[in-house]
Amino acid sequence: MSDENSLKKALSDWEKGPVAKTINRFPEREEEFKTISGIPVKRLYTPLDTQTVDYLQDLGFPGQYPFTRGVQPTMYRGRFWTMRQYSGFATAKETNERFRFLLDQGQTGLSVAFDLPTQIGYDSDNPMSHGEVGKVGVAIDSLADMEVLFDGIPLNKVSTSMTINAPAAVLLAMYIAVAEKQGVPMEKLRGTIQNDILKEYVARGTYIFPPKPSMRLITDIFKFCSENMPLWNTISISGYHIREAGSTAVQELAFTLANGIAYVKAAIEAGLDVDAFASRLSFFFGSHSDFLEEIAKFRAARRLWARIMRERFGARDDKSCRLRFHTQTAGCTLTAQQPDNNIVRVTLQALQAVLGGTNSLHTNSRDEALALPTEESVQIALRTQQIIAYETGVGDTIDPLAGSYYIESLTNEIEECVMKYIEKIDSMGGAPAAIENGYIQSEIHNSAYQFQTAVDAGQRIVVGVNKFIVPEERTIDYLRVDPHVEEEQVARLKKVRETRDNDRVQETLEALKAGAKGDENLVPLILDAVKAYATLGEICDVLRDVFGEYKSPDIL
Amino acid sequence: MNSSKKIRVLIAKPGLDGHDRGAKVVARALRDAGMEVIYTGLRQTPEMIVESALQEDVDCIGLSILSGAHMALFPRVMELLRKEGANDILVVGGGIIPEDDIPELKKAGIAEIFGPGTPLEDIVEYIRTHVKK
Amino acid sequence: MSIDDLVEAVLSGKRRALARVITLIENEDPKADKILSALYKHTGKAHVIGVTGPPGSGKSTIVTRMTAEFRRRSKTVGIICVDPSSPFTGGALLGDRIRMQEHTLDREVFVRSMGTRGHLGGLSRATSDAVRVIDAFGKDIIIVETVGTGQSEVDVVELAHTVIVTDVPGSGDDIQAIKAGIMEIADIFVVNKKDLPGADKKVTEINAMLDIDPNMGMWRPPVILTNANTGEGIPELVDKIEEHMRFLVETGLLKKKGLERSKEELEQLMKYKLTRELLMKLQGTPEYEEAIQKIAERIADPYTVAERLILDFLVKFRE
Repeated sequence: MSDENSLKKALSDWEKGPVAKTINRFPEREEEFKTISGIPVKRLYTPLDTQTVDYLQDLGFPGQYPFTRGVQPTMYRGRFWTMRQYSGFATAKETNERFRFLLDQGQTGLSVAFDLPTQIGYDSDNPMSHGEVGKVGVAIDSLADMEVLFDGIPLNKVSTSMTINAPAAVLLAMYIAVAEKQGVPMEKLRGTIQNDILKEYVARGTYIFPPKPSMRLITDIFKFCSENMPLWNTISISGYHIREAGSTAVQELAFTLANGIAYVKAAIEAGLDVDAFASRLSFFFGSHSDFLEEIAKFRAARRLWARIMRERFGARDDKSCRLRFHTQTAGCTLTAQQPDNNIVRVTLQALQAVLGGTNSLHTNSRDEALALPTEESVQIALRTQQIIAYETGVGDTIDPLAGSYYIESLTNEIEECVMKYIEKIDSMGGAPAAIENGYIQSEIHNSAYQFQTAVDAGQRIVVGVNKFIVPEERTIDYLRVDPHVEEEQVARLKKVRETRDNDRVQETLEALKAGAKGDENLVPLILDAVKAYATLGEICDVLRDVFGEYKSPDIL
Repeated sequence: MNSSKKIRVLIAKPGLDGHDRGAKVVARALRDAGMEVIYTGLRQTPEMIVESALQEDVDCIGLSILSGAHMALFPRVMELLRKEGANDILVVGGGIIPEDDIPELKKAGIAEIFGPGTPLEDIVEYIRTHVKK
Repeated sequence: MSIDDLVEAVLSGKRRALARVITLIENEDPKADKILSALYKHTGKAHVIGVTGPPGSGKSTIVTRMTAEFRRRSKTVGIICVDPSSPFTGGALLGDRIRMQEHTLDREVFVRSMGTRGHLGGLSRATSDAVRVIDAFGKDIIIVETVGTGQSEVDVVELAHTVIVTDVPGSGDDIQAIKAGIMEIADIFVVNKKDLPGADKKVTEINAMLDIDPNMGMWRPPVILTNANTGEGIPELVDKIEEHMRFLVETGLLKKKGLERSKEELEQLMKYKLTRELLMKLQGTPEYEEAIQKIAERIADPYTVAERLILDFLVKFRE
């Protein structure tokens, strides 16, 4: 840069001249500006801040390594991101109706929310399930429920994402079995299982088994899918819940990528070739309130993962280096106060995700800080995405903010901060060790506490919560799950147990037990049990018996 | 001489939901306000919560739930406390709890519900002034 | 509840009364001493086990597993988990129950979390009084878990028959900790997380140190490898705990320790009560404030003032 010195001088003149003069008369709002992650924000960014960027090495072209600008060559000029609203509640029948509604409204993918008993591998009649059946998602006890859930929905046409972790193999098996009944072979199925147990230990809490057997289940799925389900995303390595638990953007990326590293390592140790499975790994991030930091975060994520895969794991295939991700707007930024304001928050967060190059998106509904969303709220949320896609034109050119002095500099800084965390976690022995000693949990918790105390102290403004407050009656309409859902579901389950071939169930469960004790791939064994209508709880109990249950090393 | 008397609070997550950000943040705020906070972790049944509260002889129980199971689980906690003759313990709740449910929960004996956005100081102050000492 | 009612309720196994009495002890409530004195003759039956070690060595998990093993052997168990209170706010976050959930609904297990609170009588007094009430309540085994930093591990020795020191492989500094004093107090060493690299090395190191210990008595502390997450090594640990108790009984050490402890306790108690009485009389009186003022201004010296105040107190005390 021939004029570097003149630029430096001009900048300094500007700072000392007009800036100093203005500040003298009108001080700036803050002494120091920072992103939510605590990265200092300068008054102005100039070419001096992007001098180290080597265009070809650091940015490149969309669809090419290191994918900073996007994972596909044409991005949204070809096809918009997948609009995928997470939904599910009550029974399979009611959720099926909501799915059909969403598909009718122009949604392009399904995303299944399961209730907590399902996520933790309890049948609906387990005493631990009381009060939880059908509450935060749909209750699935056996293949019979899954058949109802996807009734009339052609599984060769939709892609389905399932938020299921500890018992992911069981739900995947049920999905395969339903598809088979529809005449759709598994190699044609498209979709995602979350299957990310490490973040359950640190942020979401729906774990069942200890880390070792959990990692085995995950690598069994990687292997099974690499042989049988080429279009299926075998895992969705999730930062979203880490973020919701209170982390900063930098921590969200660092801990998610550290978890990703642990899965790749485990799969390689289990004998898989990195290029055989890595292209089917997918990611899931939150889109929080710091607009520009979030955009930089998404861009940094792609570059970081590409480099990790190539440099650390020697992935040869470019596809193995692509970080494809789903985004959800941040639930924790929704306020119970003046809930309609949430529509605006969601709009901005959705726009961030699109400017950051997300591959699919869920927009939250305005009433989710209060209860489950109504159909009307869900529709507004979906419309928000459609307006961004069809009206604003932001998808007409790829990665439109690239080259912004600030965005590029922030992308670099996030990358650096994340690498520092990853190195620290490496030195502890990787993510599983850093989870076991409570490091990751306490980092997240400290950030959560700092954030809350900053809000309480008025240092961080949340509109309608600690500033611009109005007295209000909360009369918003919301969705209430019928308390009889639990009884109905338990009755259905009872009927399944009475009408199935119980000898066959026993037989398949015995085989699963033997397999779990040995080192056979468990997915085909689970598939047999599922087809015999063994329940989710029965299958998980067999595995609990062999693997034991995880006890949280929770450190406060 | 009772200089070392402390308010003891049990913070519990009934049900299966694993979102403990709020519970932990509140636990820490109460600690910083000089209280002794016993945190029981996830997946607590009402029976476990009441038993822990008795053994720890707490002055207050804070229940946090985001899954919507509060109508089944909160009143059950109150019922068990009454059965143990321990309904002098102050019980407060928090999480995603629709406004419409609050009257019924209060009727069941839950003293107060703190929804999203409640300043920590409000919770601390409420407990400080309402525990029976 | 009156003092008599509380005593009666503790002796008849009412766990809420037990919990309430421990609160009175923690609050240094004057009723506590009266209750303790009424309960005293019912104590001395439990086997008290101290568990201490650096943070992160899996103490709570070990205690949980030990409890399960004792329950299998039909023993009832009381557990006290002591965690530090914040020196600034006096508050405490007590999270040990998280790992002990499986015992919550077992009526034969009683778990109590305590903050250190900066008691006038020190941690040892509040904890050992709590142990005593649980003893009178009738638990066979009482486990006291404390973080092994600073004073607490020494306190644990005073109240426990058997002291277990936990450690994990790795981190070079804990050897220092061992050298610095935990070494002498252990009756049993546990090296937890045997699945981590360096576990065997750690066992060798501890054994080597024990081999050159000039003060080794008749009991040579065994070193046990465990994996508390899976339960490996726990039955062996409980075997050794029981063996240690038999050793104490057979060698007469239990009796000897009991005598020593009674003497120590009586002296501690006198010191504590005397100080408390003295300070209660003096604190807040104008003479006292004036004396402090004079000392600060170098008009009087603390040596003479202390002597005079104590003498005055003793003379009045006699009247």
